[in-house]
Amino acid sequence: MELLVASAIGTMTAGGVYLLLRLRTFPVILGLALLSYAVNVFLFSSGRLAIDMSPILSKYGEASYTDPLPQALVLTAIVISFGMTAVLVMISLGAFLESDTDSIDIDQADTDEDAAK
Amino acid sequence: MNTTGNVLILIALLPFIGALVPGLMIRAGRNACASFTAVPTAIALILLLTFAPAVMDGEVIQAEVEWLPQLGLSASFFLDGLGLLFACMILGVGLLITLYARFYLSGEDPVGQFYTYLLLFQGAMLGVVLSDNILLLLVFWELTSLSSFLLIGYWKHLPEGRQGARMALTVTGAGGLAMIGGMLILGNIAGSYNLTDILQAGDAIRASEWYLPALILILLGAFTKSAQFPFHFWLPHAMAAPTPVSAYLHSATMVKAGVFLMARMWPVLSGTDAWFYIVATTGLVTMVLGALIALFKDDLKALLAFSTVSHLGLLTMLLGFGTEAAAVAAVFHIINHLTFKAALFMTAGIIDHETHTRDIKRLGGLRHLMPITFFIGTVAALSMAGIPLFNGFLSKEMMLEEASHTYWAGSAYAVPVLATIGALLSVAYSFRFISHVFFGPVRDDYPAKPHDPPFGLWAAPALLVVLVVLIGVMPFLADGIVAAAASAVTGAELDPHLKIWHGVTPALFMSIIAVVGGAVLLAMHTPLDRAWIKAPRPEAKAIFDQLIAAIVALTQRITATTHNGSISRYLAIFTVSSVVLGAIAFMGGGLSAPTREMLPVPAVIAVGWVMLVVATISVVTMHHHRFRALVLIGIIGLTISAGFVYMSAPDLALTQISVETVTIMLLLLALHFLPKETPKESPFGLKVRDGIIAVAAGAGVGGLSYAFMQRDISTISSFHVENSYEGGGGTNVVNVILVDFRGYDTYGEIIVLGIAGLLIYALMHALLEGPAARRLRNADYAQDRSKDRHPLMMVVVTRVLMPIALMVGIYIFLRGHNQPGGGFVAGLVVAIALLMQYMASGFAWTQDRQRIEYHTLIGFGVIIAGVTGAGAWVFGVPFLTSSYTYVHLPPIEEFELATAMLFDLGVFLTVLGAVMLMLYSLSRIARYAGTTVNVDPMDYDPSSRVEDTPEAR
Repeated sequence: MELLVASAIGTMTAGGVYLLLRLRTFPVILGLALLSYAVNVFLFSSGRLAIDMSPILSKYGEASYTDPLPQALVLTAIVISFGMTAVLVMISLGAFLESDTDSIDIDQADTDEDAAK
Repeated sequence: MNTTGNVLILIALLPFIGALVPGLMIRAGRNACASFTAVPTAIALILLLTFAPAVMDGEVIQAEVEWLPQLGLSASFFLDGLGLLFACMILGVGLLITLYARFYLSGEDPVGQFYTYLLLFQGAMLGVVLSDNILLLLVFWELTSLSSFLLIGYWKHLPEGRQGARMALTVTGAGGLAMIGGMLILGNIAGSYNLTDILQAGDAIRASEWYLPALILILLGAFTKSAQFPFHFWLPHAMAAPTPVSAYLHSATMVKAGVFLMARMWPVLSGTDAWFYIVATTGLVTMVLGALIALFKDDLKALLAFSTVSHLGLLTMLLGFGTEAAAVAAVFHIINHLTFKAALFMTAGIIDHETHTRDIKRLGGLRHLMPITFFIGTVAALSMAGIPLFNGFLSKEMMLEEASHTYWAGSAYAVPVLATIGALLSVAYSFRFISHVFFGPVRDDYPAKPHDPPFGLWAAPALLVVLVVLIGVMPFLADGIVAAAASAVTGAELDPHLKIWHGVTPALFMSIIAVVGGAVLLAMHTPLDRAWIKAPRPEAKAIFDQLIAAIVALTQRITATTHNGSISRYLAIFTVSSVVLGAIAFMGGGLSAPTREMLPVPAVIAVGWVMLVVATISVVTMHHHRFRALVLIGIIGLTISAGFVYMSAPDLALTQISVETVTIMLLLLALHFLPKETPKESPFGLKVRDGIIAVAAGAGVGGLSYAFMQRDISTISSFHVENSYEGGGGTNVVNVILVDFRGYDTYGEIIVLGIAGLLIYALMHALLEGPAARRLRNADYAQDRSKDRHPLMMVVVTRVLMPIALMVGIYIFLRGHNQPGGGFVAGLVVAIALLMQYMASGFAWTQDRQRIEYHTLIGFGVIIAGVTGAGAWVFGVPFLTSSYTYVHLPPIEEFELATAMLFDLGVFLTVLGAVMLMLYSLSRIARYAGTTVNVDPMDYDPSSRVEDTPEAR
């Protein structure tokens, strides 16, 4: 089980990083989304895996629970990463609408022009 | 702390408090501003003088307020003889300058600003001389650099003013940075940052191997501030400042800060060969060089500036000698130089003010036209030349006396000869000041008709000149303060008796040579001047400008090569370095044996894993087709949600699944405007490179996580599980952590989310006002659209779902404290229900029915959460402490009302508002896309009869 989770995290990270290194905004956003999944699951897994041990206190005597702290952290992380993705989407959309290209790299010609100024 | 301590702190703060007033009453006129500047200065001076008797008796007054004790930084002040001397000079001259500037500045200058800057500077200087903590001293030290920058550049319209200010800031600021390093070393050796402790630790510091670096760094700070060679060049350029500023900063205060620091550190740093050779030599060179250049300067203020450089060199040299008698001479000369040099600067200002020129070659013959100015200027200049019966003579004699028996590298003549030459040049330029400005024939080509200024303008220099003569004739008047200050400098009990006649000593002969030689030199000035102008000289400003230009060019080149605008390059560099650092760290530490057994893998989970991995790989391979990639991302998100359910994280599963929905909606909306395909433009080599980086990163993270999961660590989590019910009143530990244990984090997070929402809204507005709006209006998105944009079935289903979804949301919200759910999830669920309406019936229709602005929701959410947290204060417990009770309202099952729930309500509202604002902003762009909008829920109304619709006919 641990091996499966770890390999899934690894695969998602690799995919995320590869897409992050693409040259257009949309793949970069997808890459970031993949990377967020990987990071969230990674954080979650730092509480160690457990099955049928939800951190909901039982009314019926002793029970063991999984580590709730990473879960709480990941919960907010999921929501925040949504906010981050949304901002990124808006920025890339704006960039595309303003400049008619969704390439993320600044043209070398443009930077030279700026430097000349 | 006692009252005297409080008063001391008050003295240090008064200028800063006072600085607020003139700046605010900028329109009240010069008199009001000057008065309100004089008041805090005068109060501080009077308070200071109440300490004078005690301090003169050798008492040290201390005050301390803890500031950042962890850093060894405390706001502690102390007042001893040296501090008293300088503080009196700063405040006393400050008062005179306030008066002088009132008459000097014209009504068109922003006088309020000037006085605010002046008080800021005064406060900073006062802080430097009163600080007991060297870190605090450094803070004030930098403040003097900054405030003097404002003062020098006060006439913003003059390019020389701006350049001079920048140069002064660069040089003194850089020196200040060096000094920070030196001071930290010093504090490290002494084990304390308190000056009083450091002054006790002189032996340990001198013995330390870090002594030399510390010495050099501190001296860099002192030399740059006090304009010592080779850093002297900024001072003449700072003369572009208004004359009151020059008189204050460049005669009495700022440039003396370096001297003050050397005097302050004298017991700790002096007494070594390194100190003698660095400090005394620098001082000597500066003294001679400054005097030489001063002789050939035609601008009155430049002449005085280089003369100041020369006299600062003299002071530095005296401190460098390291003897007690030299320290006495230095302290005495500090006072004397202040009196005559401030008076001379003010005289130069008066001449400039009345004749509209400072060029000596255009002046002359003013003695009859401006008799008062003539008298004041002459007395001050004679004192500067070191003529008997004026105070400059006394300290110059003492200096020559000290120089006459100082050996430099075994030579008995080097120092006395050079010192005499310095004195000689000093006599020459002082005489030149008198004769070329006031004597000679009256000219008829002055730029303005010269006459004596109003009383207000000459009152301040006149007072200083009175001091010049008083001390010159009756030097014992200064005995007390010189003794107190010199004792404070040396740390020994000194009781010097200042007198005019020392008998026939070498110094007397040196003095006579200097006066006669100076007069002769002045007689030969015209041919010498011609030769000087012809001679090639290094121009400091040109060198400085070239140096700055070279540094700028270098940084530009670095920026251009590293920041070439290729974001993927930065990301690649960042990823590679993270992987490499991680690998190095991993290899550096060992890996203990696994302590946990692996969990079994049921078949369903294996299938889920296969789906996830295949989907991830497919996203990468198919990302050129953007819709397809989006669908695959959805699959990954859902698989992860399912995984969370299986692995005991129901809250996460709920959150993930709802966030997933909103994310996909968001991306779909965005994709509507973006190209649907990604062009294949990466060359093969780049793909391979990125692939290798990606696989390395993935393997690293995966391996790390695998290693992590196989081992146990001790965590603080058991605390949360144990206290969740008793402390937080909930059985859902995750929710209790969010709203109670770590409520502060959550509070911060919802604020971030709210800000993200507002940011997107603002971006949308900026976009719709720019060229993007035109592009949007002209773009044709129609071919992407369904013919039936608002299908009947969807409209009906979303309407029916709306109340159900809302109820589910409320249910999830209410049960959140005990069962999976809570504000985050509830907010997302309600947001999805609302979004469905937008999707089904379009933007305009839904917008018509929106009652509450989404910004308001965000605001209320944050406020409710904050007020709930702050409510805990009313009961005397820390922020965000919750309390709870159970309520049974039939027919609903028993539920709990906790203050945490109110907090969760805040979370709910913020999440709802932020998510809605984000998607609303995106869909609002669609509204601009130039197509018609519907105000009806559907494109056609099914309740109307078929034959009425146009299509039916």
